[in-house]
This record gives sequence, structure tokens and C-alpha cells, in this order.
Amino acid sequence: MSLRIVVTVKYVPDATGDRHFADDLTVDRDDVDGLLSELDEYAVEQALQISENSDDDVEITVLTVGPEDAKDALRKALSMGADKAIHVEDDDLHGTDAIGTSLVLAKAIEKAGFDLVVSGMASTDGTAGIVPALLAERLGVPQVTLLSEVSVEDGVVKGRRDGDTASEQLEASLPAVVSVTDQSGEARYPSFKGIMAAKKKPVEAWDLSDLEIETDEVGLEGAWTAVDSAAERPARTAGTIVKDEGEGGKQLAEFLAGQKFI
Amino acid sequence: MAEVLVYVDHVDGAVRKPTLELLTLARRIGEPVAVALGNGAADTAATLAEHGAVKVLTHDASEYADYLVVPKVDALQAAVAAVSPAAVLVPSSAEGKEIAARLALRIKSGVLTDAVDLEAGDEGPVATQSVFAASFTTKTRVSVGTPVITVKPNSAAVEAAPAAGAVEALNVTFSDQATGTKVTARTPRESTGRPELTEAAIVVSGGRGVNGADNFAIIEALADSLGAAVGASRAAVDAGWYPHTNQVGQTGKSVSPQLYIANGISGAIQHRAGMQTSKTIVAVNKDAEAPIFDLVDYGVVGDLFDVVPQLTEEVNTRKG
Ligand SMILES: Cc1cc2nc3c(=O)[nH]c(=O)nc-3n(C[C@H](O)[C@H](O)[C@H](O)COP(=O)(O)OP(=O)(O)OC[C@H]3O[C@@H](n4cnc5c(N)ncnc54)[C@H](O)[C@@H]3O)c2cc1C
Ligand SMILES: Cc1cc2nc3c(=O)[nH]c(=O)nc-3n(C[C@H](O)[C@H](O)[C@H](O)COP(=O)(O)OP(=O)(O)OC[C@H]3O[C@@H](n4cnc5c(N)ncnc54)[C@H](O)[C@@H]3O)c2cc1C
Repeated sequence: MSLRIVVTVKYVPDATGDRHFADDLTVDRDDVDGLLSELDEYAVEQALQISENSDDDVEITVLTVGPEDAKDALRKALSMGADKAIHVEDDDLHGTDAIGTSLVLAKAIEKAGFDLVVSGMASTDGTAGIVPALLAERLGVPQVTLLSEVSVEDGVVKGRRDGDTASEQLEASLPAVVSVTDQSGEARYPSFKGIMAAKKKPVEAWDLSDLEIETDEVGLEGAWTAVDSAAERPARTAGTIVKDEGEGGKQLAEFLAGQKFI
Repeated sequence: MAEVLVYVDHVDGAVRKPTLELLTLARRIGEPVAVALGNGAADTAATLAEHGAVKVLTHDASEYADYLVVPKVDALQAAVAAVSPAAVLVPSSAEGKEIAARLALRIKSGVLTDAVDLEAGDEGPVATQSVFAASFTTKTRVSVGTPVITVKPNSAAVEAAPAAGAVEALNVTFSDQATGTKVTARTPRESTGRPELTEAAIVVSGGRGVNGADNFAIIEALADSLGAAVGASRAAVDAGWYPHTNQVGQTGKSVSPQLYIANGISGAIQHRAGMQTSKTIVAVNKDAEAPIFDLVDYGVVGDLFDVVPQLTEEVNTRKG
């Protein structure tokens, strides 16, 4: 048996950089270094572990929708051990919202062929945490999301979802869409061998016409949401900072009482 | 007046606070119609009516507990068809966001996540989002379809606004996808007796500086003196000192309390993402250069093992 896994990975501006918006209120991707969203490393890791624990013939494809530089994210995933990559790139994708992104990803996943999609819990820039659910809806397959533990056996995916009020054990038949959290296990570092091997792994490039998507279905024009303004949050006014000379706790209590918290 | 659907987050009929906040926001846009599903759905009506729900649409079926997300999407879609609302508001829990997104796609509408405020506008509701770890504030709209918007806890005050709250049965036909993901077991989270982290007015958090699971008793004691919830940084969670359900930050809970007290937490961007919108921020850290001090209204540079117990004692004394 074979198992085709597609891992969706997003290329995002570095969270520790000075992230901001461009004039058209989309994310400025020019001034801040980009990288593979750290939370998608967990998705790549779990796909690799599923593969390592499987008797099936597993093929892992990493998929990104993003600008030219998004190739860096694919290279990183390939150097961790994925087999091949697909890069969907098209100038008309600029400004696509979550619904539009899910359309492009779903079409690409269908074109690639899949038994299992593995996504991250959320991107580190948009942070919505909704693309995996949207993919399940579009692909018409079970959604098994936000897993802190995942396993695949005999065409069934199982996992644990730690929710707000309860921890749940989930189960669904393949094909399915899974997303994994940062509790699922540390992602491996690419080895030197992995980095060298990644250079020779195939990266396919698709554009909107390859996916039979009209340009007005995506991009800023095709978005079903609109950003009217983006303003930098005013810096918090500098607070009072005291050094503890033995009375620090009492001074803090005094402040809290003054603010009516006590 | 246009109706606004509000998805009710409840546990066996006990309505969770964020839903009542949604009713406050819904009344700015139209007349709130609540949708309550699953065990205890009808028991939510009295509370919802007190806070402005003109109608409460209810439906109970075992599918809501036995299968993930999709049965709830089916029901909410049925409610949209029945009511033709001006907008749909859903609490921003992990599940709430997934329900909202799938609903939006089905009804061919845009979706906005994690709004922190909502006003009526000429072209439909305008949401405020706090993005890039709360360093930017955006105003956003849904431009196609019926706006589906998820709203974070503590985004509005809970207000009494008595309304009819008439209970009506909602007709739901489950889709083929509804039974796709089975919940084979469920372990409810044990109650700590403390307020819910995302809903609490005060949060007291501990980080790597707490230096051990047992030492979290110091953090808990301060929290209890203030009637606060306990939070933790990822460093503390990863070390196994405190449960992940209490993690504050990008991959944990996002909190926006009246008061946030960070103890032995450096203030990394991913931690700030989850607490930066707190009204008053206080920190105790022995490193005067720690980035958390850039955010604080009041900071104490000192050893938390000295400062925190002294503070707790002082709070308890003042309470008398
Ligand atoms: C600050 C900010 C706020 C935004 N708010 C909204 C909003 O309210 N509504 C809206 O419709 N759009 C919004 N967007 C746009 C949205 O972020 C993008 O369309 C994005 O591609 C999908 O949403 P996400 O990044 O939040 O993904 P999430 O849903 O958080 O991503 C979950 C997973 O989906 C996969 N994934 C997501 N994007 C890609 C990709 N491009 N390529 C490959 N895999 C991917 C990854 O596995 C990822 O871990 C916002 C963007 C920003 C920067
Ligand atoms: C994708 C991603 C997601 C993440 N998500 C989260 C998240 O959700 N939440 C989160 O918190 N982090 C998150 N992180 C991790 C984050 O980057 C930091 O590593 C983490 O917040 C550090 O926790 P800390 O402040 O407790 O530890 P440290 O950074 O080690 O800081 C400890 C602080 O304690 C002080 N200290 C030590 N001893 C004492 C003492 N006796 N008295 C007083 N002060 C003392 C030190 O001076 C120091 O400032 C994420 C990282 C990534 C990459």
C-alpha cells in the first residue's frame, strides 16, 4: 500500500523582526526576513514520524502558496526529510484571504493526489488557525485537527485533541485533513546530509492556470474580507519600575491597591 | 431591525462568559438571536434572555458530542437559512474558529477571526483585530456575503438587557460529513476552582524563573489572594512545571484581563502575543533588562521568591 501525505507549509515574516504592513495593507514581506512558519515544522515532523512508523510506501510532499522566496520554506522542509515539493506562485495571489488561500491549497492538494493532509495549528503571521478546517470542508474529507498526538494505522488516523473544556480522542478514516500543535513533539533539525539531499529533490512550480483558478477568485480583488486600516499600537506609556530593597512586594501591593485591585 | 446570530458556547446548559459578551456586541448591530446546541441547550435560554437574546434557537442530538465540529456547522448553517441574519458571531475558541470558517465557506461569506471589538458601519460590521503580537490594530470588514466574525474573550462588557429569549426548536439535517470524525473518548478537564484563564479579570503567571513545579505554589498563592487565574509561559510548560492548558501566548491562551502579573517571565514576542492587550501589566523579574519591563505599568526588579510571597501576604493582610 502507498500513503501519500501532503504537508502544507507557510512562509512567514520572522516574528522577532519588525513586522508591519505595506501601503496596500497587506503584509510587508520585503523588509523582514521570511522563514518556514515554526508551527509548520511540527507538521513536517509528524508527517516524517508517520512515515517512519509505517509499513506502507509513504511519499511526503510539502506544499506552499506564497511568493518567490517561499521556496526557502520548502527547502527547509525538504532538508528535514520530505520527498518533494510544490510551490504555487502567481502575482495574482497577492493579498489572498484565508478562504482564497484554502481554495488554492485544496486545488493543489487534489492535483497532487493525497491520502492525508498534515497542517500546522496556525500560521505565525495570520494566526487564524482555520485553514485546515477549510481544507477539510473543500476536500469533503474528515477534519482531525489540533492534535497533540497523532498516529496512522490501517487507513485510520487517530489523535488526541486537548480542548478548552476536555481532552478528546479522535478517529477518522483516510483520506483526511490533520493539523498538529506544538505539543506534538519537537521538530528535528535538518542534518548536513539532509540539507545536501534537499538540493536535489524536485520542486514543482504551479500557477493559477495550472490549478484552473480564475484570477478574480483570489488576491486582494477576490478576497471576501477587506482591511480598511492598520495602525501601529501606541507604545505603552513607560511604567514605574522599582528595585526590590526588601519592600518590593509591599510597594507592589500599594500600587495594586491604588488601582483598586485589592 | 436586522437579526444577528450568536453561537452559544455552553457546558451542559451553563453559558460561558464570552457568549454574553457577544450579545453585548450583537446588540450594536441588530437583534441577537442565539443558537444553542447539544445537551442542555434549552437551559441556556434564561441567561441569554437576560442579556439581550430575542430568540434562542435550540437543537439537541448525540452527534454534537460524538463527532467533531461538522454537526455544529450543519446546525449553524440551518440557523442562517432560517433567520437570514445580518451577521454571525462566534466565540474565538479553537473550535469556534473552525466552526465559523466552515460555515463562512458554505454560505459564501468572508470570515474574520479574533476580533477584539465590533461596531456597526455603513458597509456592515467593522471588526477591530489586534495583530502581529498586538503591535498593530486593524479595522476589517467582510466584503462578500453575511459577515462571520469570531470574537475574543474580554472584548466587551457583559451587560444586562432583558429580552424575550423565546425558545424555538431549530430544524437540523446533518450532512454526510457530519459523522466523519468520531470522538471516541472525552476526559473533562479537572476544575481547579480558579477562574477560567481566558475569562479572568486578573491573571497571575509564572515563567522559567519560578524554577520548578513545586514552586508554582507561590504563584498559586498570589493568584488565590487576588481571586485570579494562573498562567504560565511556554518555558514553564515545556519544563513540565504547569499544564499546557494554562499556557499564555501564541500557542497557548490569549488573555486580556484587567490585570496581568508576570513573574519570572522575560517577555518574548510569542508570550506577549497572548497578553499584550491586558489593561494593566505588572512584572517581577530579577533582570532589569528583561523585555517584559517595556510593557509594564509597574515593575519590580527583584527575586520573585522574595517579592511574590511578600506581596501575597500584604494582599491577604489588606483584605483583612
Ligand atoms: C495579521 C493578519 C490577519 C489576517 N486576518 C484574516 C482574517 O480575519 N480573515 C481572512 O480571511 N484572512 C485573514 N488574513 C489573511 C490570511 O492570513 C492568509 O490568507 C493566510 O494564507 C491564511 O490564514 P492564516 O495565515 O491565518 O492561516 P492559519 O489558518 O493560521 O494556518 C493554519 C495552517 O494552514 C496552512 N497554511 C496556511 N496558509 C498557507 C499557505 N499560504 N501555504 C501553505 N500552507 C498554508 C499551514 O499548514 C498552517 O499551519 C490575515 C492575515 C494577516 C497577516
Ligand atoms: C512558534 C513559537 C511559539 C511560541 N509560543 C509561546 C507561547 O504560547 N507562550 C510562551 O510563553 N512562549 C512561547 N514561545 C516561547 C518563547 O519564545 C519564549 O521562549 C518563552 O516565552 C520564554 O519563557 P520565560 O519567559 O518563562 O523564560 P525565559 O525567557 O528563560 O525568561 C525567564 C525570566 O525569568 C527571570 N528570572 C529567573 N529567575 C528569577 C527569579 N528568581 N526572580 C525573578 N525573575 C527571575 C529571568 O531574568 C528571565 O527574564 C513560542 C516560541 C515559538 C518559536
